[in-house]
Amino acid sequence: MSALSLIATGVTKEFNRRTIFRDVSISLSRGESLAITGRNGSGKSTLVKVVAGLLSATRGKVEYAVDGIRLDVEDLRHHIGFVSPYLQLYDEFSGNENLELLSKIRSDVRIDAGRIQEVLETVGLWERRLDYVRTYSSGMKQRLKYAFAVLHRPSLLMLDEPTSNLDHDGIAMVKKIVDEQKKHGVLIVATNDAGEAGWCSANIELGKR
Amino acid sequence: MGRLSGTYALIRKDVHSELRTRYALNALLMFVVTAVATILFALRSDQPTSSVLSGLYWVVVFFTAMSGLSRTFVSEEERGTTMTLQLVASPSTVYFAKLLFNTVLTFSMTIAVTILYMTVFSNAFVIKTFSIFAGTVVLGSLGFASASTIIAAIVAKANTRGTLYPVLSFPILIVLLMTVMNATTKSLDGEEFYSALPDFQILIGYFLAMTGGSYLLFEYVWKD
Amino acid sequence: MKFAKYGSITLITFVLFAGISIPLSPTPQNWLQFPVIPGLEEKARNILYHVPVAWTAVVAFLVSMYYGFRYLKTRDIDYDIKSVSAAGLGFLFCFLATITGALWAKFNWGSFWNWDPRETSIFVLLLIYGAYFALRSALETEEKRAALSAVYSMIAGITVPFFIFVMPRIMSGLHPGAKGDSEGAGPVVQMKMSPNMLVIFLLGLLGFTLLFIWLLNVRVRLARIEYERSTHHE
Repeated sequence: MSALSLIATGVTKEFNRRTIFRDVSISLSRGESLAITGRNGSGKSTLVKVVAGLLSATRGKVEYAVDGIRLDVEDLRHHIGFVSPYLQLYDEFSGNENLELLSKIRSDVRIDAGRIQEVLETVGLWERRLDYVRTYSSGMKQRLKYAFAVLHRPSLLMLDEPTSNLDHDGIAMVKKIVDEQKKHGVLIVATNDAGEAGWCSANIELGKR
Repeated sequence: MGRLSGTYALIRKDVHSELRTRYALNALLMFVVTAVATILFALRSDQPTSSVLSGLYWVVVFFTAMSGLSRTFVSEEERGTTMTLQLVASPSTVYFAKLLFNTVLTFSMTIAVTILYMTVFSNAFVIKTFSIFAGTVVLGSLGFASASTIIAAIVAKANTRGTLYPVLSFPILIVLLMTVMNATTKSLDGEEFYSALPDFQILIGYFLAMTGGSYLLFEYVWKD
Repeated sequence: MKFAKYGSITLITFVLFAGISIPLSPTPQNWLQFPVIPGLEEKARNILYHVPVAWTAVVAFLVSMYYGFRYLKTRDIDYDIKSVSAAGLGFLFCFLATITGALWAKFNWGSFWNWDPRETSIFVLLLIYGAYFALRSALETEEKRAALSAVYSMIAGITVPFFIFVMPRIMSGLHPGAKGDSEGAGPVVQMKMSPNMLVIFLLGLLGFTLLFIWLLNVRVRLARIEYERSTHHE
């Protein structure tokens, strides 16, 4: 993982003339973690998407740097891992194929079969890797999302509702990944759960104005 | 280099997905057969002129394109995998991959229609100047795919996808349609190759302008 | 804006009056007589109305495209308001151009519609406008609606040069300037109109352009007020 830092300044998001959130500022560098909390509908997922470069901000900007050098949004994809309830993987392909294909589309370097195996074993899907994703339970799909998110060792890991659909073992798996990420990279967690928010050193609460 | 391999990988993903589910291929093939059969019944034993046949040829291609070429974006949107693609690929990678996929699809369609027409209208549909016909089909497919891809990207973000696609595509494609029909008639009439040069100029210009414009504008459609 | 408003009313009224009342004569003696154009005679008067209206329809489209482009660059919704207002006017002018064209075609060439390149062009412009509004009504988010319709108008704009310049050269048609016409681009482009007719024609062109500017201004002001009202009712 490289040393990634991100700075969000005065980020505002409006949709159809409704303000979702206003003037949010964030500053994070390697080893730091942030929890985004707030009631349902307060815009947590939207803020996460804006920071991930998936949505454009109505006002304000988000800037990234890796090892001190400014990073274009174009290249952000190599450095970011993302888990979200809204994320879908290709259910006509197997878990293994999904990881291979997506990695190739992203043109990752140094991702080979060995790394894919390592990641699938970490998330506990090695046995079911050849089954089509449409046969996966929701918990298995969540695990596969984690595999997809950490496959390329991203410097920035963003988790929206980290433990949804996961059983006890799954939650332990997430904790391991979270601890690893906090050591070497940047972590952002969006959640309603106080326990999960507690994984992070800093906190932003949305919807309180 | 990374861009090219990413584009190639996305095309492979689309092709594999298509081979696995066989949605588009089956539907399109059936559509072509049904359309040609309908025309056959309508004409009965009448021998259509070369300009009528050429027009009918491209009408079938147009409607087949309308039923098939939007899938490449609409299916991503419907299955919720747009976000996934946005996470792994840059907009230009996505654009070129979808464009090339659609080009191959369109080209296959024109081949299918050609074979059917040569079988069904064996007396009237005789390609006398093959060079014009080949050039028209290649350039026409490129132009069709180029226009249809950007419109497909636009339609995927809207609500009433099915009917909206032909409504948006037709005005854009009229220039292309008129030109390819014109050139195809010439090929059926056995005219000299050079007589179709002005048509080819238009087709090449159309393809370049449409692809260039789409490439520049794609990001505004793809990214939210 | 006052200039546009009163200017357009004055000019169009003048052109309307002059265009209809100035008599034709085979050998025009002075400024108050139009020459006879063989084949057209009285019907030539339509040139003073049909062409400016068609011209304004195209101008409106270009204006709409421009504002759409500005929206994409700045994401300022005001540009979208201007773009859609221009498009609405363009749609109207285009519709009028098609009608006046069809009427002229009936009287000149015998039938209302013939699919010659210029006729097809104005029809395609009508379809583009229709598609533009169909697209807008299918998009719910204001931001998406503005962005996507801007992109569509620009994509459609790319095909417009192909129409206006290329098709008439390639296909023969009824309009002046098509392949079979030895006269070239016709009386308008060739500036073959007699000076007095030309002056009135240019005044008509100016008048309709001013009309467009004025109406656009009114529509945009109205749309802005409606926008403010709906925001404050949240």
